[in-house]
Amino acid sequence: MAIQTHSLPPLPYAYEALEPVISKQIMELHHQKHHQTYVNNLNAALAAQVTATQANDVRTLISLQQKIKFNGGGHINHTLFWKNLTPAGTPENDVIKVAPSLRDAIAARWGSHEGFVKAFSAELLGLQGSGWGWLVSKEGPRGQLEIVTTKDQDPVVKTDVPVFGVDMWEHAYYLQYLNNKAGYVEGIWKILNWAEAEKRYTSGVENLLKL
Amino acid sequence: MVALLASSARAALRSGASASFKTGAAGLTIARGKATLPDLSFDYGALEPSISGKIMEIHHKNHHNTYVTNYNNAIEQLQEAQAKNDISAQIALKPAINFNGGGHLNHSLFWENLAPKSAGGGEPPSGSLAQAIDGTYGSLDEFKNKFNTALAGIQGSGWAWLVKDKQTGQIGIRTYANQDPVVGQYQPLLGVDAWEHAYYLQYQNRKAEYFKAIWEVINWKAVEKRF
Repeated sequence: MAIQTHSLPPLPYAYEALEPVISKQIMELHHQKHHQTYVNNLNAALAAQVTATQANDVRTLISLQQKIKFNGGGHINHTLFWKNLTPAGTPENDVIKVAPSLRDAIAARWGSHEGFVKAFSAELLGLQGSGWGWLVSKEGPRGQLEIVTTKDQDPVVKTDVPVFGVDMWEHAYYLQYLNNKAGYVEGIWKILNWAEAEKRYTSGVENLLKL
Repeated sequence: MVALLASSARAALRSGASASFKTGAAGLTIARGKATLPDLSFDYGALEPSISGKIMEIHHKNHHNTYVTNYNNAIEQLQEAQAKNDISAQIALKPAINFNGGGHLNHSLFWENLAPKSAGGGEPPSGSLAQAIDGTYGSLDEFKNKFNTALAGIQGSGWAWLVKDKQTGQIGIRTYANQDPVVGQYQPLLGVDAWEHAYYLQYQNRKAEYFKAIWEVINWKAVEKRF
């Protein structure tokens, strides 16, 4: 049984394009090393699953679940993340112009855009250990908006639409911000791709790995 | 749970009016009822090349200190909640106490079980601990391999520990998520921090190199004392 293997998606911008918010060095390591490792380990786990399925080896199949979750989650999360970032000052970063539906829904839910940014940032800074912060649309497109955090590489639950995500693993910011993660969180808003967020909010995401 | 929280608050306050004192195993420094950042017994640069001076400085002065500050804040809030007999507020503080208190405990133990080579870092254990390691793992090298496999298997932030089971006296390797401390059935003997902040400035994604290099600066004498 041949299985389709996953591969590292190219970034939609150059490694240095997110500077000064995220350095070229961080982006290179994060994409070429960290994300690539999740892809490699996911492929290995899926191949082992095929073998175990053929051998009808249930114990091995069960032991592979966590590897698939962690590495598959890492692949999905990073794929979503790259796509929901954009170089500062690009039209996609202008929430007023490119995200009319999402902007209104956010204002309705949190009172104002600033109120939302404050609440989301507080969630990010409250994470204990490695994980992600997400804006999700509950139960499909144009659903109730919620801020959720997921630990380690857990992905957003399947029924919800990940409108955008922010990586709060230390490898996402440490070389540049060290222990000042508030500085990283402040910077993220300058490179958020609101056009991509609007698209996900209004239309959903059919396949998280084929954005 | 409330009783547990109350006792941890009492423990934190036990020092009363004394300026500061050191507890036994963990070497936690507590001054005037507050946890404080313990001094290192070596210079920041003394663990090079295994761990860079810059990592040690930020790790101690910034990361560890933040756990101390946030632990003290949480305990202060706990005292207020206890004074008001607000049980739900006391329970709600549990994650902050576990995370920040755990961060303080873990790092305090970690600094103690490290030493520069000039102060015996990396010199193999002796006596009953060496026997327990040989008996359980076959050899020190085999133990290190198993420990490094455990470290590499941590998904996210966390720690690996050599622990002693208080019920059986057996030693074992256990991993803990985030800043969960080694409490209860197990007694911490040797801990290695697998958070990215512990190695990223020097090793980036090559964490296996950090796990290999750290054995050069493990203070087995401190581990023997805990055993």
